[in-house]
Amino acid sequence: MKVTIDGKEIEVPKGTTILEAARMIGPEVAPPTMCYYSNLKTSGGYCRTCIVKVTKGSAQNPNPMPKPVVSCRTEVMDGMEVQNYTSPDLLEARRGVVEFLLINHPLDCPICDQAGECFLQDLSYNNGTEKTRYEFKRREFEMIDIGDKIKLHMTRCILCYRCVKVAEQLTNGRVHGVINRGDVAEISTYITQAVDNDFSGNMIDVCPVGALTDKTFRFKQRVWFTKPMDAHRNCDKCCGKVRLWYKGEEVLRVTARKNKWDESEEFICNACRFDHKKTADWVIEGPTPISHHSVISQNHYEHLNALKVDTLKRQKALGFMNIDKRP
Amino acid sequence: MGKKLLLHNDHVPNIHTYEVYRAHGGYASVEKALKTMTPDQVTDEVKKSGLRGRGGAGFPTGLKWSFLAKPEGVPRYLVCNADESEPGTFKDRYLMERHPHALVEGMITSSYALGAHTSYIYIRGEYFYVARILEQAIREAYAAGMLGKNILGTNYSLDLYVQVGGGAYICGEETALLESLEGKRGNPRIKPPFPAVAGLYGCPTVVNNVETIAAVAPIVNMGGEEYAKIGIGKSTGTKLISASGHINKPGVYEIELGVPVEEFIYSEAYCGGIRNGKKMKAVVAGGSSVPILPTELILKTAKGEPRLMTYESLADGGFQTGTMLGSGGFIVMDEDTSVVKNLFTFTRFYHHESCGQCSPCREGTGWMEKVMQKFIDGTANESDIDLLWDIQGKIEGKTICPLGDAAAWPVAAAIRHFKQEFIDIAKQKKFNDVKHYYRLNNLTEA
Repeated sequence: MKVTIDGKEIEVPKGTTILEAARMIGPEVAPPTMCYYSNLKTSGGYCRTCIVKVTKGSAQNPNPMPKPVVSCRTEVMDGMEVQNYTSPDLLEARRGVVEFLLINHPLDCPICDQAGECFLQDLSYNNGTEKTRYEFKRREFEMIDIGDKIKLHMTRCILCYRCVKVAEQLTNGRVHGVINRGDVAEISTYITQAVDNDFSGNMIDVCPVGALTDKTFRFKQRVWFTKPMDAHRNCDKCCGKVRLWYKGEEVLRVTARKNKWDESEEFICNACRFDHKKTADWVIEGPTPISHHSVISQNHYEHLNALKVDTLKRQKALGFMNIDKRP
Repeated sequence: MGKKLLLHNDHVPNIHTYEVYRAHGGYASVEKALKTMTPDQVTDEVKKSGLRGRGGAGFPTGLKWSFLAKPEGVPRYLVCNADESEPGTFKDRYLMERHPHALVEGMITSSYALGAHTSYIYIRGEYFYVARILEQAIREAYAAGMLGKNILGTNYSLDLYVQVGGGAYICGEETALLESLEGKRGNPRIKPPFPAVAGLYGCPTVVNNVETIAAVAPIVNMGGEEYAKIGIGKSTGTKLISASGHINKPGVYEIELGVPVEEFIYSEAYCGGIRNGKKMKAVVAGGSSVPILPTELILKTAKGEPRLMTYESLADGGFQTGTMLGSGGFIVMDEDTSVVKNLFTFTRFYHHESCGQCSPCREGTGWMEKVMQKFIDGTANESDIDLLWDIQGKIEGKTICPLGDAAAWPVAAAIRHFKQEFIDIAKQKKFNDVKHYYRLNNLTEA
């Protein structure tokens, strides 16, 4: 199947979504995503940031689609033509979606642990406006603990449903979900149940904003002062392939490895995530390649210079590109 | 008065009971369809009739039925959408309250046409007493052999269930309805797949409005071609209109599609004119979500032709100068009504009913209500009108389900046609609703 996105043609297998096809072409045409997650089935379609304009439906039916479609849940048709960054109307529509996502977001980035690796920050940097037109009180919720290691700060949530999908697809017996509706809808657990299972920590990784944070890492350090290292260990529950975030010699947190779209490659268990925070627990593979545009690339691998790994070389070898999603 | 097909026995006492309904020609379509027709013939008749969905969108019913996937060994379902929640619409309630067997009969005939052996009526939570009426009707139909195994001695079997929803506007959206029917949170699904391919429990499903299903019985009885002769052009048959607002005779009227709007409002046979001798100001012609039109545009199209009660005529001129027939919730407002206040009520409603799944609707509906509140408080500025216009434009067409559009359209139309009212409030910094208050409380103005 041939599909053309922003003038770039690619051949993809049947059943590929527009988003997947765009990602195959490269970051220069890939739409931003907030709720889609490649490792989670049925994710996507909620945030509406990945909307694209279909200017030609298919070779058989060349009519354009009347409305923008969500690229993450729309499969390509042979001969389809899609506009993303080349359509000014679409970019305007996307700015609208971003504005909606931001009007009730507290914008407390200076005290938020997610800052520096936040999807919403990137999104609003690329598609947001300088000023808000929203003059009303923003929505607020009480912070709650869901499980002994996870803090839920609902005020920051953008209701992407990713954590719900994690609970549904990685574990049996989901105890949290969305309650209430409309703009007072919130993620919550069933009555006072705590999320307690071996893979609950992945909710933190998939959360695009700072709504779900790791209580063992909260307020310890800004992420751009920590330096990631890829490491692994033998784990009987999960793949054991993780990313260790160092500050000096100390491992401050452990996360799953993210691909170049910032999505977990493989989910990891809570034992790896919360209980193994010593260098001795792990076999270190080397520094994680980081995009030059990421704020995390700003500093040096202090004290770990002894490893002498050429980050840039490794980055090129792994095929990492400039993942700046700006048009 | 025109021909009546659904409410023709409205005057008959106890028409809600099986015996009386049967004695007045009820269940004839079941007998005719099951004994003399194949399911495809029934579908063909519905296609020929030109019947269009009565729930609001006006999609041709026969076409919808023909999209139903029919894989081997997979059950198919017919679901009746009785989650009538559009403000200004109460026709299904009237039909179900007074003629429950008309719906049951339509369900049997339609289920037979679609090859469904289990069918559901999903009714909104607020209609719990209507659900009891329907359940009683279903019990009677079972007892008379119209439901259950081997209906009327044929080898067709059907079970019919009533499911009461929790009372959410969003559950009237067909995929949200199916989610709710499955026992989940009533969030609309992302389409495709459409219910015709993967609907209830992942099986092919048709979801139709109460009135649509009830109309299948007369279509089978009289034949599709005969039915298509009623009405004008592609708007065939009769339609129930819930007339409300400042008219002399509010209520549910069955009209032949094609009645001029002016006749509908002013004729004694229908609404009987504007009450208290007032002048008409505006009409919302098809339930709260369709664009409001001022008097000059509702009575005549922009081209100067008289507007008729048909899908096409009401939509003439697009959203610039037209509206939609929608669900037939016909709300008439007199000269004392504030369009701003009316719009505030609508935005509050959509804010309350947004499911919160996708961002433009979740955030945008609340924002619009807050801005409208400023107009009611008299604190709005003229720039707020542009802001409202911008917000609605950014919701429309960007959402998973049509609720976003439904929330955006009334805002757009009110600003398009009644911008001066908004400007006046913004300039005077005061919302004058005294007339409205006096009229509501039957007081004479001081």
